[in-house]
Amino acid sequence: MIRDITLGQFYPADSVIHKLDPRVKLAGTMVFIVSLFAFRAPEAYVVATLALAAVIRLSKVPLKFMLKGLKSILMILMITVVFNLFLIPGTPVLRIWKLTITQEGIETAVFMAIRLVYLIVGSSVMTLTTTPNSLTDGLEKALRPLKKIHVPVHEISMIMSIALRFIPILLEETDKIMKAQMARGADFDSGNIIQKAKNMVPLLVPLFISAFRRANDLAMAMEARGYHGGEGRTKMKPLIYAKRDKLAYLSMLCYLVVMFLASRSGLVERLLGL
Amino acid sequence: MGWKRKLSDGYDKVGLAAGLQDDWTGTGGYAEVGIIKGRKLSYDYQKFDEEGNPESTVRAVDAVDLDVETGDFVAILGHNGSGKSTLAKHINAILLPTEGTLYVDGKDTQDESKLWEIRQTAGMVFQNPDNQIIGTIVDEDVGFGPENLGVPCDEIWKRVEESLKAVGMWEYRAHSPNKLSGGQKQRVAIAGVVAMRPKCIVLDEPTAMLDPNGRKEVICTVRELNRRAHVTVLLITHYMEEVIEADKVLVMDQGKVVMQGTPKEIFSHVEELKSYRLDVPQATLVAYELQKKGVGLPDGILSMKELAEELEKLRS
Ligand SMILES: Nc1ncnc2c1ncn2[C@@H]1O[C@H](COP(=O)(O)OP(=O)(O)O)[C@@H](O)[C@H]1O
Ligand SMILES: [Mg+2]
Repeated sequence: MIRDITLGQFYPADSVIHKLDPRVKLAGTMVFIVSLFAFRAPEAYVVATLALAAVIRLSKVPLKFMLKGLKSILMILMITVVFNLFLIPGTPVLRIWKLTITQEGIETAVFMAIRLVYLIVGSSVMTLTTTPNSLTDGLEKALRPLKKIHVPVHEISMIMSIALRFIPILLEETDKIMKAQMARGADFDSGNIIQKAKNMVPLLVPLFISAFRRANDLAMAMEARGYHGGEGRTKMKPLIYAKRDKLAYLSMLCYLVVMFLASRSGLVERLLGL
Repeated sequence: MGWKRKLSDGYDKVGLAAGLQDDWTGTGGYAEVGIIKGRKLSYDYQKFDEEGNPESTVRAVDAVDLDVETGDFVAILGHNGSGKSTLAKHINAILLPTEGTLYVDGKDTQDESKLWEIRQTAGMVFQNPDNQIIGTIVDEDVGFGPENLGVPCDEIWKRVEESLKAVGMWEYRAHSPNKLSGGQKQRVAIAGVVAMRPKCIVLDEPTAMLDPNGRKEVICTVRELNRRAHVTVLLITHYMEEVIEADKVLVMDQGKVVMQGTPKEIFSHVEELKSYRLDVPQATLVAYELQKKGVGLPDGILSMKELAEELEKLRS
């Protein structure tokens, strides 16, 4: 059922990764992504693979769920690989008709593919182990320094969490209106793009009217319950770093150091050379 | 506090409102003090033409005198458009009177410095359960009000627990509101208001979008809150069965309060109610029709049980 859709595909489980402060997970994801692009040596990818595997194992989320996210980037992945394979100049390895595959091309294509896959899997670890609400909470707190330059951090995070609450409701409503209009003979599937867009009008108009009414009601309900912005507001679930969060930050640092040392070691080359 | 003694007299099977803590000192106990006092309260909605210039005004509430005693259960009846919602929105200062005054717990709603105090004193529950739940998890939503009040963290948790227990929704604290039934959502909304420790709760047709079971759940919860925690309740509804429970009934028509009294008194005037396009409870209607046919029944019969008893009396 459409009601069951939860954004950000949270996978509930009882694991250390789930329990970590959302800020740690945000930072960890960032560190991981940056490390993928900062270090180019094959040894670095070995380290990244080990680290990613360890975190996935700790999160107790089945690998199947982690890999689900890859489906959405399959096209991009293929295009990237093909372009890199054929367009990068260098030592030719293989010639098919007018196209040449170079050694440099193969290397870049492989690294690019690994990077993209790790990027998606790495951020899936975060979204699968963190509820959308604690993510927005984490963002709010992490971005708090930006308040000084008048970025409305609290408001942005409030908007995001309200959006997360109302997306399933609006999806369900879309479904209902669509069925109601279809019962009256509306056709959402046939015709060219322009006709299709025109056919959407009887769907979008009631949807927008309802969304505005909801927004109005919600604003009133929030005011009635004493909401007056982030000023003077306390938190029911405040974010406080625990020991495990500090340990996690420490592990991130270790990860970066090991990554750095490994990429300098030239280990793979030596092994291959032997 | 007076109601503390009452609480310890023993809870009924439902146990609703039983978990409320002793330090909720907001309620007035047995002291009969007027919590809501409105004098000549009027409100005009501005109508604008296409260029945005004010065109005409609609008087939605018209010179209403409103007196509600602390601890009362007041029902407000009225046909669509009679101004019930507009009046309700005045009580926690969402709307301010165009003319006249309104005092809530001794505070003038037009006094801007008291705005947040008034909103804490008078909580509000709206018709559409989906459009008033803010949190993505039940307990977070109940904590929203106390968070806004700046209540410390552990106190918030305490209040969330007792409010959710008071409406019988504690088992659902970790659920997503999207997966609850309408009646359950309204109970969560009520818990969200209760967590702010109001003296008075205004419910604007809270059961209009619910099925009969959900309606029963909500009304039962509200009644228990009123009886056990002595929260003043203003219930706007157009279901007559819900009115029977009230201490006092107001009938509104075209912005004016046209009838006031106990349910018995109000439902004695079947013809007058009909002239305001309102229904009467079924038992009352049957008794009324029998009366017209010459059966010697008293006025203001509200329930089938009462009707049966009266008929029994007549037979013997
Ligand atoms: N936002 C508004 N703008 C203009 N007129 C309104 C607005 N809300 C209500 N009214 C008018 O005020 C009158 C009373 O409405 P309302 O208080 O909603 O009545 P009730 O709740 O009893 O159905 C109606 O005539 C309605 O058309
Ligand atoms: Mg109304």
